[in-house]
Amino acid sequence: MPTSIGSAGSYHYFAVLTACFTFLLIVAGALVTGNEAGLSVPDWPLSYGSLNPPWEGNIRYEHGHRMVAAFVGLLTLALAVWVWKKETRGSVRKLGWIALGVVVAQGILGGITVLWYLPAPISVLHACLAQTFFCLVVCLAWLSSPVWARRHGEANCDHGLNRLAMATAGAVYLQLLLGAIFRHTQSGILPHLLGALLVTLLAFLLIARVFRSHRLPSGLTVAATSLGILLALQLLLGLASWLLRLATADAVQPQFPVVAVTTAHVAVGALILAAGVILALQSFRVRSETSRPESRTPATAVNP
Amino acid sequence: MHWKNTLCLPVALLAALFAGACGSVDIDDEDLDAVDGTEAAAVVTRVDPATAATVNGKVYFEGDLPRARRLAMDAEPACAGLHTKPVYSEVVVPNDNETLRHVFVYVKEGLEGKRFETPTEPAILDQKGCIYLPHMLGVQINQPVRILNSDPTTHNVHPTPRNNREWNESMAPNVPPKMKKFPREEVMIPVKCNVHPWMKSYIGVLPHPFFSVTGADGSFEITGLPPGEYTIGIWHEFLKEGVTTHKVTLAASESKSVDFTLKQAS
Repeated sequence: MPTSIGSAGSYHYFAVLTACFTFLLIVAGALVTGNEAGLSVPDWPLSYGSLNPPWEGNIRYEHGHRMVAAFVGLLTLALAVWVWKKETRGSVRKLGWIALGVVVAQGILGGITVLWYLPAPISVLHACLAQTFFCLVVCLAWLSSPVWARRHGEANCDHGLNRLAMATAGAVYLQLLLGAIFRHTQSGILPHLLGALLVTLLAFLLIARVFRSHRLPSGLTVAATSLGILLALQLLLGLASWLLRLATADAVQPQFPVVAVTTAHVAVGALILAAGVILALQSFRVRSETSRPESRTPATAVNP
Repeated sequence: MHWKNTLCLPVALLAALFAGACGSVDIDDEDLDAVDGTEAAAVVTRVDPATAATVNGKVYFEGDLPRARRLAMDAEPACAGLHTKPVYSEVVVPNDNETLRHVFVYVKEGLEGKRFETPTEPAILDQKGCIYLPHMLGVQINQPVRILNSDPTTHNVHPTPRNNREWNESMAPNVPPKMKKFPREEVMIPVKCNVHPWMKSYIGVLPHPFFSVTGADGSFEITGLPPGEYTIGIWHEFLKEGVTTHKVTLAASESKSVDFTLKQAS
């Protein structure tokens, strides 16, 4: 029977909102890279010395990205304070402040990319920290959700499934890193292809294991189904992106179809990571509860 | 404790940002001053017009060339409105006589140890109709480059050199021209507008005035050379294969013709 998530529920919806805007921010960032707009605004933190630069050409993408980033920063500040006020789980309270620290660091990295003319290592770090931050916000949203708060006394989840889920999430993160390296350094595609193979293999094993298990909570099965669908879509987008690049190799870049498909590829990659993190979290939750049946403490504790 | 741990990373990054930025500028300035000092110490070579030699010729292409690609200005009314006809990429521009436009031709070897006077007359790089004019520009080391924005829209000018200092500056409409110099030899420096990503130009920076860019008939001419043995080199942004250097020996007042042929990499 589900437990009430009480006051924490209010920040849950706010965390979901922050996660949605973070996803939008990742899409905006991918559009900046795809449109080669990263240096269309030469100054930082202002844009052309103003908060309202000329809305022309690639400035739209770069300044739009900065505006969404600033808004996500404010949302994260509010979320961290909200979590700190309402949450009693020490680790979750820490997570709120860590998310705030990461979003500030991400903003500074964004500034460095502009002021240092897009050095590849910084651009790769900026891309990966974006995914890290997205993971943190997804974690906050999930840890405050009714699904997390629900008791799973009848459920059954072993250590193997939890380990597999964590390995899959880790492999997805590694794959995003390889994708960022490929995109920002124009290095060979082979590592990214091998990463895709690894993720596909682990995800296949994980999904199969989830559906073979009995009495798993619906949260896990929904996340596993989502992971499978997103992965299939992602493989198609990756293939389409590669073919489009080849087809337009001698065209004047950036080409709209290439930008659209590669942006979708980045966005779906972020969603796959989110699904992987949720699977890892939820399998851990079910495993820890079922391995300690005597523990009946509510999963979400809140300040009165 | 939460505050300290959480703020540690951004504070460290901020410190690295400012420390790194200041450090890199100082080192570059020292290097560039050193280049200027070395140059000033050398004796200026004067070429006697009575003995000056000339190299001319044409740059041909071989095989199929990629077809001209239309620039996608439609999404930018401020740019598209400046043209009545479609605008095509200048990456590969074949002429009717099977020659190529926008090939940079220069004396690659043969002038070592000689120093030539740096022109005070600036070279012009204009942004007009949301394209760079000219597409290919040659300048001497430390020659002023006058950068204009003749468009009613904002551009940024962003050279991405390997051997000179990178910079990225905005140019709003109706702003005064920018004056820039490149203190080190480099063939070629790509110049890009990141606001309008199709805008690209190249600047060749040489320690002498002996360079040329092929025009509408694919021809080039390098005049005023002192007699001697030279390697003439060519550079094209897309076609890299084929004959890219020619050795030539020039007697006093001699004029020699050398032709080049480029083809697409297989």
